[in-house]
Amino acid sequence: MKSFLTSFALAMTGILCVVLLWAALAGNVAPDLPSPLKTWEESKPFILQPWEKRGEMDQGILRMASYSLVRVAKGFFLAILVGTPLGFLLGSSTLFYRMFDPTIQVLRPISPLAWLPLGLILFRQSEPAALFTIALCSMWPTVINTMHGVRSIPQDYLNVAKVLRLSPWKKFTKVWLPATLPYMFTGFRLSLGLAWLVIVAAEMLTGTPGVGGFLWQEYNSLIYSHILLCIVTIGVVGFALDRLMGLAEAKLRAA
Amino acid sequence: MQRPLEISSLSKTFDTPTGPHTVVKDFNVKIQPGEFISLLGHSGCGKSTVLSIVAGLQQATLGGVIIDGTEVNTPGLDRGVVFQSPCLLPWLSALDNVLLAARQAHPTLAAAAQREVALKYLNLVGVAEFASSMPAELSQGTQQRVAIARALSLEPRFLLFDEPFGMLDSMTRFELQDLVLELWEQDRKTVILVTHDIDEAIYLSDRIVLMTDGPEARVGLDLPISLPRPRDRRMASSNADYFRLRAEVIRFLDHHSRQFNREAA
Repeated sequence: MKSFLTSFALAMTGILCVVLLWAALAGNVAPDLPSPLKTWEESKPFILQPWEKRGEMDQGILRMASYSLVRVAKGFFLAILVGTPLGFLLGSSTLFYRMFDPTIQVLRPISPLAWLPLGLILFRQSEPAALFTIALCSMWPTVINTMHGVRSIPQDYLNVAKVLRLSPWKKFTKVWLPATLPYMFTGFRLSLGLAWLVIVAAEMLTGTPGVGGFLWQEYNSLIYSHILLCIVTIGVVGFALDRLMGLAEAKLRAA
Repeated sequence: MQRPLEISSLSKTFDTPTGPHTVVKDFNVKIQPGEFISLLGHSGCGKSTVLSIVAGLQQATLGGVIIDGTEVNTPGLDRGVVFQSPCLLPWLSALDNVLLAARQAHPTLAAAAQREVALKYLNLVGVAEFASSMPAELSQGTQQRVAIARALSLEPRFLLFDEPFGMLDSMTRFELQDLVLELWEQDRKTVILVTHDIDEAIYLSDRIVLMTDGPEARVGLDLPISLPRPRDRRMASSNADYFRLRAEVIRFLDHHSRQFNREAA
């Protein structure tokens, strides 16, 4: 408990330092950067009435974040729906691996900013294009970790499956899946982080309501303090998501 | 009348970066139904390779394994295998691990009856009380007992043991050797035991097949163990035949390791 308090106090001190640096820079070195106080004053209606809907792009910050979260959830589920089987195939078949690994390595570093226009061409609508981009950018850690998990199944377990002559389905459910699950979860956690990273880019370009869309609109309307509000929100939500997945992962490993 | 299990002109060659490496060459053994044999040799001589080919986990390069006149090169439920480490699936309870095998052997039985089979064998190896425990909660010896129950619940004709007691402390090893002996006395399954423990081989077997040192290991000596059964451990300190057999095995192993060292030098 004491060590927790110390950690907490240290973390708060760190945040305070950054805010002080921000305050010191605002208005003099960076003339257009709103000060922390100004940011707070101008963001208050969004924070204190987080669920308020005043207009399409004028909504409480939690409401905005929830739009983004729903979008991320859809894209993320799409990613793991495609990525997990792909990882199993890559991990279990050398032929498949040698065929597709080079392509995957080339696709992996492509930025969401590059995928999004392609998505818009393919789907002609911003929402599916955003989901396409999120799924495509965030599925790689799931693919790669699942593949790695399948490759790491101890030979002992595979031998047991062989001498017991388990059917392919039983082999999958009784041996492969449970042995790979912890790796899959690590992949899911990293994928979710990436999906959240991509959301801002996707919303900025498509102008859909959500934290990213709001950020871009406020930039165009020259209300810079709201950009900072969005940045902080994105960070806090991303942190919370990662922690939640981390808890789920720890629970899984303990079981 | 069942025919013997025949290991016939068996050779196994692995491709290595430095060229082909023949572990076992022209290996011939016939094992009579109900016989308990041990494959004994220096570590690395290829005895586990032979067992693994009998189990169907590896393929012979030349020759093969013949059961009832048919060559086998895949695993089968007629052969129960116990590995060096217990190899229990850690996400299944002891009972579920055994049940996995019992279901395979008795696919037509109702779920409750399959459970009965699994429990029967857990009981037979003396670990029924740990049925609902997870493998990680069990000692190494108990885990190996569960692994034996798993192999038995296939109700196989052949039991293949690959250095099953190598990782246990000596007290636990003694207990498990006695368990295996007792189980074998009950229904006389055909057993192949791979071991590098001389006393274990003599104590348990009808016959010891001593392997020459690899590469190209062969049958070096086929030694019948004519000690009376049932056996008990006191024999090791009192029986003259036991000493004679032990000396013979040691002479063989010693000779071969010296020959091996000379060739290596």
